[in-house]
Amino acid sequence: MEKDELEMITIYVMGKKHRVPADLTIMKAMEYAGHQFRRGAGCRGGFCGACATIYRTQGSYKLQGALACQKIVVEGMYIAQIPFSPAEKKTYDLDELRPDVKVFLEYYPEIARCLSCNTCTKACPQDIMVMDYVQAALRGDIEEAAKLSFDCLGCGLCAVRCPAEIVPYNIAQLARRLYSRYIVGLSEYILKRVHEVEEGKFDDEIEELKSLDRETLKNRYETREKRL
Amino acid sequence: MRLPYYPGCTLKTTAKNFDTSTVASAGALGITLVELPRWNCCGTVHALASDDVMHYLAPIRNLIRVEDMSGEDLVDETKVVTVCAMCYNTLKRANAVVNEDSEKMQKVRDNMEKENPYGGEVEVVHLLEVIRDLGWSKVADRVERPLEGLRVAPYYGCLLLRPRGFGIDDVDNPQVLERLIDALGAEVVDIPFKTKCCGAYQTVQMVEVVAELSHRILDQAVRAGADMVVTACPLCEYNLGPRQEEVKKLFRDFDSIPVVYFTQLMALAFGMEDAAGFEQNTPNPRLVLEKKGLLKEEL
Repeated sequence: MEKDELEMITIYVMGKKHRVPADLTIMKAMEYAGHQFRRGAGCRGGFCGACATIYRTQGSYKLQGALACQKIVVEGMYIAQIPFSPAEKKTYDLDELRPDVKVFLEYYPEIARCLSCNTCTKACPQDIMVMDYVQAALRGDIEEAAKLSFDCLGCGLCAVRCPAEIVPYNIAQLARRLYSRYIVGLSEYILKRVHEVEEGKFDDEIEELKSLDRETLKNRYETREKRL
Repeated sequence: MRLPYYPGCTLKTTAKNFDTSTVASAGALGITLVELPRWNCCGTVHALASDDVMHYLAPIRNLIRVEDMSGEDLVDETKVVTVCAMCYNTLKRANAVVNEDSEKMQKVRDNMEKENPYGGEVEVVHLLEVIRDLGWSKVADRVERPLEGLRVAPYYGCLLLRPRGFGIDDVDNPQVLERLIDALGAEVVDIPFKTKCCGAYQTVQMVEVVAELSHRILDQAVRAGADMVVTACPLCEYNLGPRQEEVKKLFRDFDSIPVVYFTQLMALAFGMEDAAGFEQNTPNPRLVLEKKGLLKEEL
């Protein structure tokens, strides 16, 4: 009995109480409790941003955000997933835009409502300085906005917390697109590699991979770093 | 002397000439302006409702970052330099509110877990104050190209002077721009409406109001024989400058007159014409400056 108490904790998923092993991530704990993910789960490795989750812990007023696949559960955690953040994604032709502040104001005029309250930054599971990149975009500093937002996964937690109803990750994506299109420019290395692919440089290797059985492929994957 | 510098958004967009001329001309006087590594909106307008703590987060965070800069030894003083009259006014008044009201200071701190707590150590100043403290003779000594024969009308607007206690000079008869114009070798043209309203944000939805107010001010300058008007506020610059198109619609015989920032005149007189960025001004000040022989010969 004592051993059991040490290893198991209580969490609340959408208000329902569950006993789960203490060393699981939120995602695994929910699966342990019987939930099956159809939305709100993607790469399971902290890269895709599909498993945005909000939670509170006992004794704290703070509403916190996390990726369910990364955050380990704690005793008394109240959990709700936000698999999708409703937001309109504008359609634009990157070649027709100009890299200045007017682009942001035209497509996402609500950006001007930013109060600099920093709630978005507090909500970000990636520890990105969200408010700072929104402010950088607001003064036309595309490079700063692109660089500060580089680690954004688009999980949407900033957007659901913003009191000005801005969708920061859309701003960030636009900033990075403008940055790569107009400031950095085309990458010679990528053009060279695309050319090589088109020339058929890797065709033989691809064909070889296609012919391999599952076990060999698995073995190749697991030893990939040793072979490099 | 390295001082923290808060430019504000307008100086990075529609008033880039204010930014470049500020950094260059202050540098010429031995003042190295170090831009805050991270900064957000100044708050734009001082929050008038006493319980509006949310609107203090933006200005106070900027002041926290000034304290951070000072702690990291990036600057010599925790005195943040502004040039935009709106930024100056908002930051200075927000600073006073939290320093005088400990409950409000606590509320601001409670809402800022990502930042260091504000120590209340920052002094908010306007570049004109820094130059005045430096001494007008130092400014005059630095002049390479005296602005001889240039007749300049100073225009202050509201935010540099009001409310009382926050202004950089006398509310009714300020003199700091006059002293600067004089030190640069130009001639001061006094206009009675130098502290009257330019129409401010009415420019967004009631353009005619701005056109009428701008006309009153500009017409005085033109009649007094001024070659240009000088200001320290991007909103004044916009209402008095580019909005002259609207003035002309209402007053057909109005003669246009260039409007420039005080730092642009400094940059010009200090021999740093490129930093002045006159190409961003409307109407174009280069025509009258050329006529007076104050521009580089190849241009």
